[in-house]
Amino acid sequence: MNLKAFNRALWVYHLNTGSCNGCDIEILAVLTPRYDVERFGIMLVGSPRHADVLLVTGPVARSMEDSVRRVYAQTPDPKLVMVIGNCGIEGDVFHEAYSLVGPIDQIIPVDVYVPGCPPRPEAIIHGVVMAWAKLERLVKKEVV
Amino acid sequence: MSLLGENVWLNGLVIVIGTAVLVLVGAFFGMLYRGVDRKLVARMQGRVGPPIAQPFRDVQKLLMKENIIPSGATPWLFNAAPFLALISTGSLLLFIPLFGQPALLGRYGDVILVLYLLIIPSLAFVLGGFASSSPYATVGAQREMIIMMSYEAPLAVVVLGIAWRIGHVTDAANPFLMSTIAQYPIWSLLGPVGVIGALLMLLTLVVVTVGEAAKVPFDVAEAETEIAGGLLVEYSGRNLSLFYLSDVIKAFAMVSLLVALFIPYNLSPALGITAAPAAGIVDALFFLVKVLVVMFFSISLIRAGMARFKISQATSVYLMAMTAAALVGMFLVWVDARIWV
Ligand code: SF4
Repeated sequence: MNLKAFNRALWVYHLNTGSCNGCDIEILAVLTPRYDVERFGIMLVGSPRHADVLLVTGPVARSMEDSVRRVYAQTPDPKLVMVIGNCGIEGDVFHEAYSLVGPIDQIIPVDVYVPGCPPRPEAIIHGVVMAWAKLERLVKKEVV
Repeated sequence: MSLLGENVWLNGLVIVIGTAVLVLVGAFFGMLYRGVDRKLVARMQGRVGPPIAQPFRDVQKLLMKENIIPSGATPWLFNAAPFLALISTGSLLLFIPLFGQPALLGRYGDVILVLYLLIIPSLAFVLGGFASSSPYATVGAQREMIIMMSYEAPLAVVVLGIAWRIGHVTDAANPFLMSTIAQYPIWSLLGPVGVIGALLMLLTLVVVTVGEAAKVPFDVAEAETEIAGGLLVEYSGRNLSLFYLSDVIKAFAMVSLLVALFIPYNLSPALGITAAPAAGIVDALFFLVKVLVVMFFSISLIRAGMARFKISQATSVYLMAMTAAALVGMFLVWVDARIWV
């Protein structure tokens, strides 16, 4: 597997599982001219079928649980899941809410966690670098 | 009247191999130009932009991915559509002059054939969209059909206008042949009124190129922000990469067609180079420059400066505005013929 081509052409699909929209706006900020992740070949796509990375935000409301599983299944292998924001990591301000089934790693396997409420765009880019490192270790079979 | 005598098999072989080679050549230059285009657009938007090799990486990556066939799809049609799209765009290149050379099979097919061949890739996209059974893809496929029908009319008027004028002034047997169009560049036949008409037709063809290449503002069929990627929503992996390739080749072919119709000039006669290899290289480089310039104005500039049209606006731009512009252009060319000839 040619890792460089794969790493430098990650297409991301953005999945909101019930977030407050703060993280989603930061994800968009990453794509704006100021941060411009397209220079690393990262592109936002409209369908999970085209995606290599799922950017998941939000604490997973009960009505979204099935959709999260299905979007994960619809994404072709090899794929990575990045959780953006504290919500998806541990519930954050919503942690006591009755309608949650999250956090996200209870539902689908997660590869990279980006903490913050919301995380800064720099943190999200750093998360992508972590994802590259993980892919490299995957290829070298250091992790499964 | 054939390439290698009357042997049907030999000719068939030439066509098959020629298509294969042209798919490779077209894919290489198509991806190169797509990379340049993305870089240019990024620069115009104040971004750094992806490296020029980005489309090559995208395709390489797509080939490494899983190829999912959705359970509701018609598998054979779903898998056949990408190949049909790629092969038909490749065969398109057989009839368009490239690199300053005459078209490979130019004597077997003229511009009218090219007009028909241009429909097949779009039809393949539509077939793939319907075969994938997703509602988004179905909406995308319907939009693609509508937009295809609307840019057909202005495109046909432009081609007719040019060929009519060439046939009117010269005694060429078939003014639709690419070699005839290259032999009598349209600008050299026209007076001032006709030049205005030809400029209008050029404008029309530029706008049609945007639609043929499915770029902003006419990418209604693939609008990823409204219909999640439209036609291609269910495609992944290898099939998606084939569609990606046929898309870049089609853009390259469309721009080459514009070059062939309106700027069929070669640099080597002007520089006085006659030796075969040197002249060929000069002409090929000049062709690449012409394609770059046309692509900048017809694809990159418009893409960077505009937002997507609604489907109703996109069709009315083609059916009303562009058809009107092309007809006025044709009329001016006709008036010009009355005055000057
Ligand atoms: S982590 Fe904070 S900003 Fe992000 S979705 Fe949750 S509450 Fe909103």
